[in-house]
This record gives sequence, C-alpha cells and structure tokens, in this order.
Amino acid sequence: MMRADFIAIAKWISPASQVLDLGCGDGSFLEFLGQQKPVHAYGVEIDDARVLACVQKDIHVIQQNLEGGLALFGDQSFDTVVLSQTLQTIHQTEKILREVVRVGKESIISFPNFGHWSHRLAVAFGHMPVSKSLPYQWYNTPNVRVLTVADFEKLASSLGLKVIDQCILHDGREVTLLPNLFGSLALFRIRRA
Amino acid sequence: MSELNLSRNTIHFAEPLPLQSGAILTSYDLVIETYGKLNANKSNAVLICHALNASHHVAGPNPDDATDIGWWDNMVGPGKPVDTNQFFVIGVNNLGSCFGSTGPMSINPASGIPYGADFPVITVEDWVNTQARLADKLGIRRFAAVMGGSLGGMQAIAWAIHYPKRIAHCIAVASTPKLSAQNIAFNEVARNAILSDPDFHGGNYYAHGVVPKRGLRLARMVGHITYLSDADMAEKFGRELQRSAGASDEYRFSFDVEFEVESYLRHQGDKFSTYFDANTYLLITRALDYFDPARRSEGSLSRALAEVQAKFLVVSFVTDWRFPPNRSREIVEALLVNKSAVTYAEIDAPHGHDAFLLDDARYHHLIRSYFQTMSEHQA
Repeated sequence: MMRADFIAIAKWISPASQVLDLGCGDGSFLEFLGQQKPVHAYGVEIDDARVLACVQKDIHVIQQNLEGGLALFGDQSFDTVVLSQTLQTIHQTEKILREVVRVGKESIISFPNFGHWSHRLAVAFGHMPVSKSLPYQWYNTPNVRVLTVADFEKLASSLGLKVIDQCILHDGREVTLLPNLFGSLALFRIRRA
Repeated sequence: MSELNLSRNTIHFAEPLPLQSGAILTSYDLVIETYGKLNANKSNAVLICHALNASHHVAGPNPDDATDIGWWDNMVGPGKPVDTNQFFVIGVNNLGSCFGSTGPMSINPASGIPYGADFPVITVEDWVNTQARLADKLGIRRFAAVMGGSLGGMQAIAWAIHYPKRIAHCIAVASTPKLSAQNIAFNEVARNAILSDPDFHGGNYYAHGVVPKRGLRLARMVGHITYLSDADMAEKFGRELQRSAGASDEYRFSFDVEFEVESYLRHQGDKFSTYFDANTYLLITRALDYFDPARRSEGSLSRALAEVQAKFLVVSFVTDWRFPPNRSREIVEALLVNKSAVTYAEIDAPHGHDAFLLDDARYHHLIRSYFQTMSEHQA
C-alpha cells in the first residue's frame, strides 16, 4: 500500500537530483520515487531485515544508526535529504535536524501529528491515542518523541531552519483549515536559513 | 540443485610481468579452479580473491583429497549465496603463494633452483594485473563481480580502481583501504618470528632441507589471535584448563599447555607450519602492508576511487577488530563523496575478523540477495 506522504514528498524532489533517504525502511519510498522520476539516491537504515529488503529492490543502502549522526555524508552533499516518519523515532532530535540540514541543500521532514483532534480526544478521555497515523500501543511504539505541527514549527525556528513549504495531510488529502487540528501527517520542506 | 562442475587448471603465462617494485617476472603459472558454466556472452563470471592463507580451492571437495573442502564452500556452489547455477566462479591462487602458482618454492628458470629469497616482492596491484591477464586468456572482458574478504577485498577494490571497465560489481568483505600501524605491527611480529628462526637461512631453506617451522607456528599463532574477537575466544575457551577426562583441575605450575586457548593456538600453528611456505607468508603480509591506493592521490581515497564504475557492496562485522567497521566506512565515505553506487552492511556477528568465512544467516542472505538482484538485472 502506498503511504500517503510518498506522493507529496516526491513532488518536492526534482528529477536527476541527489537524494538521501534517512530511515529508508524497506526501500519502498526510493523505489516509488525511482518510478516517478530519475534520481540518484541512497537510503540509510539500521535494521538488518530492512537493509536486506533494500538490496532485493536494488536500492543503494547504507547500514547505520541515525542516532550517531551523519559523519559519512559531506556538507550540502545532497540536493534533498528525506526524513520520512523517522524523526519521531530518534532520541537526539536537535542533533539529527542539524545534521539533516548540514548534509542536504533542502530537506523534507514528515511525522505523525500528535495534535490531530482524534489524538487530543483520546488523551482527553484518559488514553494515549491509537490511530492510522499512530498505529501503536504506548508500550510497543517505536516512537520516542511525540510532537505536533506547532511544536515542530517552534523547534525549526529556534534551530534557525527556514521552512520553504509545508503540507499537512489527513487520509491522503491536504488539510488547509486548522491543520494542527485536522491534519494527521505533517510534511515540511526546510533548509538552513 | 545441479553439479558444482569443478575444474582445475594450471595456466602458463609466457609474457614477462612488470611488477610494481620494478622487478620483472619473465614467466609464471597460475592455478585456478572454476565452478559452474561461463555463459555464451561471457557475462556471468565472478572472480573470488583469496586472503592470506587460502588458495584457488574455493568450493567443493578437492579432486585429489575429498576431505579437503574449499575455503569458501559455504558461500560458493549450487544453491549457495554465490550460486554456481547462475554464475561462473573462478578461484585463483595468487602469484607468490604456495599452492601451485609460481612462488618462492618454484624453480627460478635463471638459476635452476627455487627462487627462495630471490622471489620478487608482490603487491595487491600486481596480483590484480595477473588476474586481468587470466581474464584475457579466458575471454572474459568484464567480470559480473570481483569478490573477496580481508586481503581478498583489497584485490576487489584494486580491480575497481585499475580496471574500471572490466568489473560490474566490487564486493569487499571485512576489508580496509589500508593497514593501520597496529595491523602492520602484528605483521611485523609474524615476519620477525620467521626471519629469526635459525632454519630460515635467509629465505633459502629449501637447499638446506629444512623449514622454519617454529617461526611459521609463531606467525600463525599471533595472526590467529587477531582473527578472533575477545568475546569469541571467551566463549570458545574461557579459562578452561586443558585436561584429560578425570584429571585434576589443579594448576600444574608449569609452562606446558595449561589453558585450552594455548592448546588451540599451538594446534593451529602446528597445522599451518606443515602446509604453508614461510617465504609466502612474508610476501603476503608485505602485500597487505603496502596496500594503500590513496597514497598515489595525496592520501585522498575518494580521488583514488574517482574512476570507479563498479557498484560496490561493502560488508563489515561489528566484532572484527583487525579491520573493524570504521575501516569499511572509510571506503563507503570515499565512494559517497564520488556519488558512486555503494551498499554497506554492518553485520552484528560475534566471530571477529573470521566472520567473513563463517556461516551467518544475515550475512549469507545479504550476499545471496545481492547476487540474485545482480542476476535479474543482468538477464
């Protein structure tokens, strides 16, 4: 099944560009992107089974832990760095964001929006939310950071990141009215200010 | 599952070979084994490069001794990760080695006696040149892959640098772009053990009817320590005492073998000293020391790799302290600077440097998938 953010992220990537997909999983996004337009891409992934899946898809993948930073990658060495639904799984949030904008001329960050009304409602009724965008129980979630659209904007600003574009989705459709309330998946296109 | 289709040949090269050292070898032989079948357009050939003590005998039972199974038999064969039903695999015994290819034990045509100390110093690049000539003889214009572990990985890297059009994939496992001071230091201890053995006779021990066995044993013992991880040794031997069943486990307060690990190292050393040539050991450790492709480009590995066209698969093992993951990452980083095609896997196997020879599901799945993908894209 196509993840809703794939199409939106792919739109922000120019043909023939150099792309680095951090936390690329089984390589689905890079495979999808490669079918949309010719790009020169690498993925980064820590999990053995997912690295194997990338190899089976003929995706160039580098096995490493993102918590350690991006020392293998030079300053501004990629046109676009993608951090797709991975930010919320990394402990060192500020470090990875600084690294992402160091390596990428542009970066695309996507994450599930904890501020969606259904999540707020769940918490109001006394439970951690479980939804399409947050499909885990509190005790088995890989997510270690929960954030909202507003939280990300605030952190981006304090880290001196410039938001070039943003797109907040729900059920694959863009939400323009009160996106922090009605959007479940946030995409930001950023670069160093 | 079809036949391994093993074939062994000695190939004579009559054209002189200029070596990196400036010396010239007037003629030489290389022993090879091949497995599988070369396809009609000769596009499915895979060259397997060996490390320090191995040979052309990569897979299957030795035709002369069925108990001698190839050194990478878990990797190469019908239905194995490097599937000989798909690929034509070549194992070559490197020049200077002691398993049939021309080396220090061979007769020097100029003198009529074994080369011994007169055998020229060989480099990784020299080996790769001889392998390219071998490919010419076999009519192979371009290898689907050149693959090796450790020193074998260095040869694969040198192939990608020096014959960029003749290699589609470079697979370097548990390798490094150059030895560290510590690596060279271990080699020096090993060489010193051989050089200081009274039976070495300046390298011309063949004439004296002796072999510097004590030196070779020590060299192998010290080398072997670097192939295993601390955890692996702890697991295998711990502090177990070497005792026959029912014997007292009190200390014996002597310098004979007390601990299992001592017994193991002595056994490895003894075994090695009966089949390996001391001059070859010196040559091959020197080839390791000298390998440093970045040296010709002011230390820049990315510039050394600038002309590379091969896609790289780089694999390291977390517990390998001889060529640890950081050394493989140097290769990956240089390739990334060049935006060359590279995949890098870091396998969390417990067996140290030796892991590249062992059967580990994650490692073997990875290599199998890589070759399957390669084969699909080739078809």
